[in-house]
Amino acid sequence: MDYLDKLEAHSIYIFREAYREFKHLAMLWSIGKDSTVLLHLARKAFFGHVPFPLIHIDTSFKIPEMIEYRNKLAKELKLNLIVGQNREALRTKQTFPDGNVDRITCCKLLKTEALKNTLSGQFTRYKYDHELGVLVEDPNKEAYTGVIVGVRADEEGSRSKERYFSPRDKNSDWDIGDQPPELWNQFKTEFAPKTHVRIHPLLDWTELNIWEYIDRENIPVVSLYFDNGTGKRYRSLGCWPCTFPIESTAKNVKEIIEELKSGKLKNIAERSGRAQDIDGGGTLEELRREGYM
Amino acid sequence: MKERMNIVVVGHVDHGKSTLIGRLLADTDSLPKGKLEQVKRTCELNAKPFEYAFLLDALVDEQTQGITIDTARIFFKTKKREYIIIDAPGHIEFLKNMISGAARAEAAILLIDANEGIAENSKRHAYMLSLLGIKQIVVAINKMDLVNYDENKFYQIKNEYLEFLKTIGINPIEFVPVSAFNGLNLIEHAPEMSWYKGKTILELIDSFEKEKEDEEKNFRMFVQGVYKFTEGGDDRRIIAGTVNSGTINVGDEVIFLPSGKKSTVKTIEIFGKESPLFAVAEQAIGLTLTTQIYVKAGDLMCRTDQQLPYTTNRFRANIFWMGKNNLNIRKKYKLKIGTNKVGLNIETIESVLDASTLERITNREEVHRHEVAQIIFKTDKNISFDLFNNIKTTGRFVIVDEYDIAGGGIIVEALEEKETITAPDYSEFEKELYNLVKKYFPHWEIKPIY
Repeated sequence: MDYLDKLEAHSIYIFREAYREFKHLAMLWSIGKDSTVLLHLARKAFFGHVPFPLIHIDTSFKIPEMIEYRNKLAKELKLNLIVGQNREALRTKQTFPDGNVDRITCCKLLKTEALKNTLSGQFTRYKYDHELGVLVEDPNKEAYTGVIVGVRADEEGSRSKERYFSPRDKNSDWDIGDQPPELWNQFKTEFAPKTHVRIHPLLDWTELNIWEYIDRENIPVVSLYFDNGTGKRYRSLGCWPCTFPIESTAKNVKEIIEELKSGKLKNIAERSGRAQDIDGGGTLEELRREGYM
Repeated sequence: MKERMNIVVVGHVDHGKSTLIGRLLADTDSLPKGKLEQVKRTCELNAKPFEYAFLLDALVDEQTQGITIDTARIFFKTKKREYIIIDAPGHIEFLKNMISGAARAEAAILLIDANEGIAENSKRHAYMLSLLGIKQIVVAINKMDLVNYDENKFYQIKNEYLEFLKTIGINPIEFVPVSAFNGLNLIEHAPEMSWYKGKTILELIDSFEKEKEDEEKNFRMFVQGVYKFTEGGDDRRIIAGTVNSGTINVGDEVIFLPSGKKSTVKTIEIFGKESPLFAVAEQAIGLTLTTQIYVKAGDLMCRTDQQLPYTTNRFRANIFWMGKNNLNIRKKYKLKIGTNKVGLNIETIESVLDASTLERITNREEVHRHEVAQIIFKTDKNISFDLFNNIKTTGRFVIVDEYDIAGGGIIVEALEEKETITAPDYSEFEKELYNLVKKYFPHWEIKPIY
């Protein structure tokens, strides 16, 4: 087994542990490259099936291609797609693009709050109806106790400190100074009522590993990652008002791998095009302590 | 890049673990450009002396307190292979984080401050490494600049530490005199210590050997789940798991333990692969059987043509305790071994050990946080396992107290099965009744049932 085989096998192990131990399990799906690899690994773990819902937190400011790609994939793979949104914040225009709050607050409202309340069932969930081809209200209000998330340790400082199974308390807060022990493929699978566990199958993968795997497995990704002639491409995807492309002429997966290996991007953090990181003092720690992915 | 290896850096608090890693990253050009300057600038702004450790201690509390709180994964590359370097905290309070980090490692660098000498956690961490079964260890004697690169000082610490390591069965590959802050003997040989003729830290890291996969050993696989996804007309009943050790082939006769049910492998299932004929250790696979027998998650699958594991309800183990509450001889716990979960009782605490002094205490009814102990355990039902020395992944376990993993252990001996005195399985009614009595009639002092 080469190192990609080993990473894959370990991620599959985590998926299967999560599936057995958590009755109310869901996976966050952000449409980005990591989420896409996550979805592929889930299908490998469960022999072509995805036996839990995929939750997308829609800020309403996502790049339109991302939503198109989401709906197309949901239809093709017959995924159980759940969409959550902070409709109150959007209605009262408490957003950065509307000019009423700063970037960090906007992230907190449209992502962290939306995520927390979608997981707990406080906010209405919308479910993709495969027959009608539209989103309809989901009658299920049960809280999810296990949430699979595609964060990687090499992305950012606070993520390098994560556990594979990481508990969140009643308020979705992360007690970063007192994390439970985790050893020998034994994870935290017992949890107190009203708390939940974030599950991180991609923790040991690097950005390069992700692209090498996408290449090896021939996984389709959204075309925003490639230069389409403008000399720019997205390296990390988010909301359009706060996400900027980088200078790069990589037109396909192979060229991205070349670019990463050449060291050309070494001077630039992967999330350098994500403005909320910069406003947070170069770290996501504050946002993540309160429940951000 | 074909290979990846996990290495942990351990040692007493303030002996320079984060500094060593930070300097290694800086000198091998592994940091993003500007990161070093940025951290230096931040230090100037806050009137704090610059430390390489700031490159790693990412958490806000870690930087303000100048201490590593939780294990970080650092990605690092040499010409030979890719590494994840695990920076483990050295403060005793964060021992559980150090263990979480070390349990993932294949090799370790143990740091000792030349000026301060061997400290409490230099010993405790070494003991934990030996318990976790990490055999490849390099000892770096750091801060040699503070002792004027004195050769005698180096040998004095080396000899004293070697003696200790011998008693716990560790045979280090090399002792290296370094100055992590000044980058001496990390990558190139330092003229200040020309008396040292061995390899540098980076050379030693590249000389660590990958652990041999357990393909030659007896086949073992803990069942993770039995799936039947009927969607799309799929009628396979798949037994899923990751191969712990050995090799399995289509056509092999297999046995599921502890139940003892037998069947034969009909197919091996890997999504995206056309009918594989065999699978080996570490592969995540699925299997279908020729007959429909009742198999469940937690069963240990073995081959009938090979030696079988032990099946009993008693065993002797060495454990380390990380729980907030003491391990108590009268309390009931949960054992997790592989994917199997079972109620756990303590028969005897044979001895308790202070891992830093190796002082052995008998006649104890409790094991405190950070202590190591030898215990005879009894499980509610029979379980199947191997001895840790034979097959690691089926010979180690964790102990769950309430909601948390509170201890870890390795099995050193299987003991004769004894009948369980307390009935292991209570009905939901009995459990509710127990809870009611406990809550409303505490003065009855009812005996805990689970």
